[in-house]
Amino acid sequence: MKGRILVLEVAARFLHPLMMAAAVWVLLRGHDLPGGGFIGGLVAVCATALVSVARGAEAARASIPLGAPRLTAIGVGLAATSGLPALFADAPFLTHLWVELPLGFTQLSIGTPLLFDAGVFAVVFGALGGLLVSILAIDEEEAP
Amino acid sequence: MISLLLTAPFLLPLATALLTVLVPSGGARKGVAFGGALASLLVAACLVAEVASEGVLRVAIGGWEAPFGIELVADALSAAMVLITALVALLALLFQESDADPAETSGYFHPLFFVLIAGVGGTFVTGDLFNLYVWFEVMLLSALGLLAFGGRVRNLDATVKYFVLNATGTLAFLFAVAFLYAATGQLNFAALAEASRPDDAARWLPFVSLLLVAFLVKAGAFPVFSWLPASYPVLPAPVLALFAGLLTKVGVYALLRTAAHVFPTAPVIFFEILGWLSVFTMIVGALGAIYHYDVRRILAFHIVSQVGYMLFGIALHTQGAQVATAFYVLHHIAAKSNLFLLAAVVARTAGSYDLRRIGGLYAARPGLALLFLVSALSMVGVPPLSGFWAKLMLLREGIAEGRYVWTAAALLTGFLTLFSMMKIWFAAFLEAHPAGVDAPKPLARATPAYAAIACFATVTIALGLFPEPVLEFLARAFGASDPTEALASLAEGAR
Repeated sequence: MKGRILVLEVAARFLHPLMMAAAVWVLLRGHDLPGGGFIGGLVAVCATALVSVARGAEAARASIPLGAPRLTAIGVGLAATSGLPALFADAPFLTHLWVELPLGFTQLSIGTPLLFDAGVFAVVFGALGGLLVSILAIDEEEAP
Repeated sequence: MISLLLTAPFLLPLATALLTVLVPSGGARKGVAFGGALASLLVAACLVAEVASEGVLRVAIGGWEAPFGIELVADALSAAMVLITALVALLALLFQESDADPAETSGYFHPLFFVLIAGVGGTFVTGDLFNLYVWFEVMLLSALGLLAFGGRVRNLDATVKYFVLNATGTLAFLFAVAFLYAATGQLNFAALAEASRPDDAARWLPFVSLLLVAFLVKAGAFPVFSWLPASYPVLPAPVLALFAGLLTKVGVYALLRTAAHVFPTAPVIFFEILGWLSVFTMIVGALGAIYHYDVRRILAFHIVSQVGYMLFGIALHTQGAQVATAFYVLHHIAAKSNLFLLAAVVARTAGSYDLRRIGGLYAARPGLALLFLVSALSMVGVPPLSGFWAKLMLLREGIAEGRYVWTAAALLTGFLTLFSMMKIWFAAFLEAHPAGVDAPKPLARATPAYAAIACFATVTIALGLFPEPVLEFLARAFGASDPTEALASLAEGAR
């Protein structure tokens, strides 16, 4: 892609990590508040889109950790794995379990839904991100 | 334990699909694939054993009971279907190791293959209408991927043809689900069965008809079968065997499940229409098969006509006919998958799928000719092969129910099928090669191909020689002959 915009390129360098952090924040708050894995994944895909527009599809592809297919596979794997602990507790598949961690000043609840949500995050990020980059790359090949 | 057995039909293939993405080398991928397929087969056998001893198994996913959650249910019908699915997957994978028209294994072949199996497995164990829709979508997506594999124009052409009708059918399914949920507040099979009482059966007709459309498209029935012969012949042999054996039968299974267990009290007109559709499906499929010369096209049209038989059984709506239909589906999967594998070996050895350009194989490959005859004659319904019992039971039920026209059409289709099967057999094996070539090209890796074919043929012969235990097992799924009794037992499960 010729004629890149310098301002956008520089801004993307700062914005990309910020957007990724926002994506993870949306993922983590998701269980009781609006947000969650799906929406967090979409925010992460937006960050990829920004990189793709600013620095080209190659850079965007590199910005997806582990590569899109692997990230998607790992995501589905995480989500499916989150159902397995229930089987050891003699409960139906995908019955979610919680552990309370006392931290002194507050209690942290960690459970298998977080694992499930992280899996959904990875699937959305990997699948949609990969698709988006591939589609944008078609345009780039034609441009020069 | 039950939870593990009920989730394994889709969880194991899914895990295998993921692992085949993650392992780096081709050899390791193959190992993972075979491991996953073998494990699926073992677990499926355990599921059958558990259902045989414990009866219907149920698990509410996540501990959320119906009507809020999704229930997984396995009765004898589900268990049998899961077992045959695992078998077809393993044998297709085995056949892939031969050099008779295998798929290109680079990239996403194994993941797509196993996601497809996961979709099929999920369809058979779900007890929830919306969840059934989701599994249909999983199957549709991975099937599209497998069809488009290679990216040649003819692949993409077949993909579009497959996609347009199937997506329409799936959309109709989604609308039906939405309407039914709005009308009843239920999606669980057992709860829907309880909600659809006989006294207001006519009310359900529009929704059930919409479901019928969706399932007929999937099954490849008249008048919405055109996608099937248009798209199947581009597939490589192992994938083709998988598609031909399983995908249309998923539509038949969904229809059988709906007619037998979800809406057993659907109005008579529903079954009347289904019966006439089955007549047209049988005859049009058989006539299409007679017209063509490409072995894969002939066999693809045979799928259509065979699906007609199954619809005929569902339309009769008696317990005997339902058991016969279930048996028919099992027999058909084994015989039809094998015919496509055999066709691939024939084409590889003789040089072409076109009957006008091959011949004279009998002298060089009498064993192959015999194996082909086993599956072909089973499809036609010659005793003592599996197809004979399936057809005999259906025809007997048809006469007992006074459906003489439907039964006559089924008999006529049998003759037409015999004719086109013999057309393949004579052209490929007995008649001299048109170009005068006598020495067939031997397969470089013949053992996996013949092993897969022999396994399928064994299943066909075994089903033919010992049908009683299978029939007895399947009859448990359609246990209560009185529909109200069936309703009561189902409703009990829902609570």
